[in-house]
Amino acid sequence: MADIPEHLLRRSAEAKAKATGRPVEEVLAEMKGEAPPAPAAGGGDAPPAAADLDTLAAETGIPKHLLERSMRARAKAEGRPVPTAAPATATTATATAPRPAAGGAQPAAAPAIPEGVRTQRLLTVVKAGAIQQVKREPHDKVNVWPHLLAIEFVALLVVTFVLIAMAIYIQAPLLEFANFNEQPNPSKAPWYFLGLQELLAYFDPQVAGVLIPGLGLAALAFIPYVDKNPSVRPSDRKLAILIFTFFITASAVLTIYGSFFRGPGFNFTFPWRDGIFFDDLKAILE
Amino acid sequence: MANGNGGRRLGALVDHVRESQVWNSIFRPGSPFRAGYSDSPRNRSYVIMNNVLYHLHPVKVKRHGVRLSYTLCLGGISFFLFIVLTITGIFLMFYYRPTSPQAYLDLQALSTDVAFGNLVRNMHRWGAHLMVLSVFLHMARVFYHGAYKPPREFNWVVGVVLLLLTLLLSFTGYLLPWDQLALWAVTVGSTMASYTPVFGSQVSFVLIGGVQITPDTLLRWYVLHVLFLPFVITIFLAVHFWRVRKDGGISGPL
Ligand code: HEM
Repeated sequence: MADIPEHLLRRSAEAKAKATGRPVEEVLAEMKGEAPPAPAAGGGDAPPAAADLDTLAAETGIPKHLLERSMRARAKAEGRPVPTAAPATATTATATAPRPAAGGAQPAAAPAIPEGVRTQRLLTVVKAGAIQQVKREPHDKVNVWPHLLAIEFVALLVVTFVLIAMAIYIQAPLLEFANFNEQPNPSKAPWYFLGLQELLAYFDPQVAGVLIPGLGLAALAFIPYVDKNPSVRPSDRKLAILIFTFFITASAVLTIYGSFFRGPGFNFTFPWRDGIFFDDLKAILE
Repeated sequence: MANGNGGRRLGALVDHVRESQVWNSIFRPGSPFRAGYSDSPRNRSYVIMNNVLYHLHPVKVKRHGVRLSYTLCLGGISFFLFIVLTITGIFLMFYYRPTSPQAYLDLQALSTDVAFGNLVRNMHRWGAHLMVLSVFLHMARVFYHGAYKPPREFNWVVGVVLLLLTLLLSFTGYLLPWDQLALWAVTVGSTMASYTPVFGSQVSFVLIGGVQITPDTLLRWYVLHVLFLPFVITIFLAVHFWRVRKDGGISGPL
């Protein structure tokens, strides 16, 4: 049996205990297979006799010790003596006869089965593998409705309100009509390119304007094929995190620097001393 | 009492509507809007399964995936912003002509004469900036979770394309007001592209439709902005969302 995480078992046991009115610990033990199942209403099939186990094991291919364990558990649950030796009468373990009405003492009363009839009993269910090779693990899952949809709906409302509030309180810039003969000083690219424009101050335009963004984008796309480390635990991927954080921080710093600390002639400036040279947010920052 | 009576009559009317054929033809079985919806595990599944949402969401997701602290909703917020931008953008299209000087005049009129024109314009502009930001943050969160690891490598690549398309959408839109800010920001930005080794002048020519920015550039970027790029990004979004599900839903837990 697959390993079911402890907390899942416990949750399920609690639910079952609540439903059946039994103590949680008992149900839990039963689920883990540490205790025999509590007697259910109605009986089970007659237990197989010990001597047949060899035959049965050979026939079904189920290991003998498993058959034995199941047999003992049943006997115990139904209040019969645990069989150790073979009662002479038992002929087959695959009884399909009408069940004894109560979980009563009718050991070894397996009825004769007509010649040539093979009967089976469901001992275990082996799930077929999926067509896609998906690793099947017991997962802790919740319904999308209402759990996820409710969260998404709230997120949607929050974003809508934030956006409307911004639209009310921050006026989008509209400067004078486009004039090809009069370049404003400084002229800046949109803010998400200001990191690159900042690099232009240090490198050749071919490097800053094309090579760095081009290679940067390519490197970004190749991350999954370069980083072969299968672990997702932060403690296992210190180097990857370090490198990525370095680039993220660098681009953030360059962008902020280019947005606020560059004035006329793209020279260094203090926004609090010389004013804001970032037209998008100028309206509220000044 | 009269109130109670009216309330009862209203209730009866609502019941009547909710049992009508028209209503039931719109809301498929299991919909919470149908008469007699009850909160059962089966109906919870039906709400998704019998709904167009099934294209986006499975019936169940991993519990940790719903925790706000895992995705921070950033992918969803990016997508939602894209939808808001589409809606507000269509509104703006009613009042905008991509010619010079009409484009600038239209924007002025939009801010002063059109009902809610200024509000919608501002929403479109700030929404675009927020989307760039949220896509970027979404990428960072995916990285820090190692969510690009197998089998999700390709979805990361799709994501990088989405990032690029988001930037291009924002950049092409930047020119449209046809004011000093637009003209010169785009001049600076597209000059960078002209430094491409070997093909620099060709790249620049295709991008701005000439050797320098002209009203033709405005038309070109307008078409890219309202038609071509939204079309392409929609396709990539479809692939992106499809892969999120086919790759086994949200990654993790860590
Ligand atoms: C227009 C831009 C984008 C939109 C609308 C978008 C949307 C989404 C959504 C809704 C999800 C589901 C999980 C979540 O919300 O975090 C997701 C997952 C994912 N996204 Fe994006 N995304 C975008 C851009 C990107 C970018 C730029 C990257 C990376 C370079 C990326 C890589 C991924 C990956 C690898 C997943 C799977 C994550 C996981 O399983 O935990 N996406 N995306």
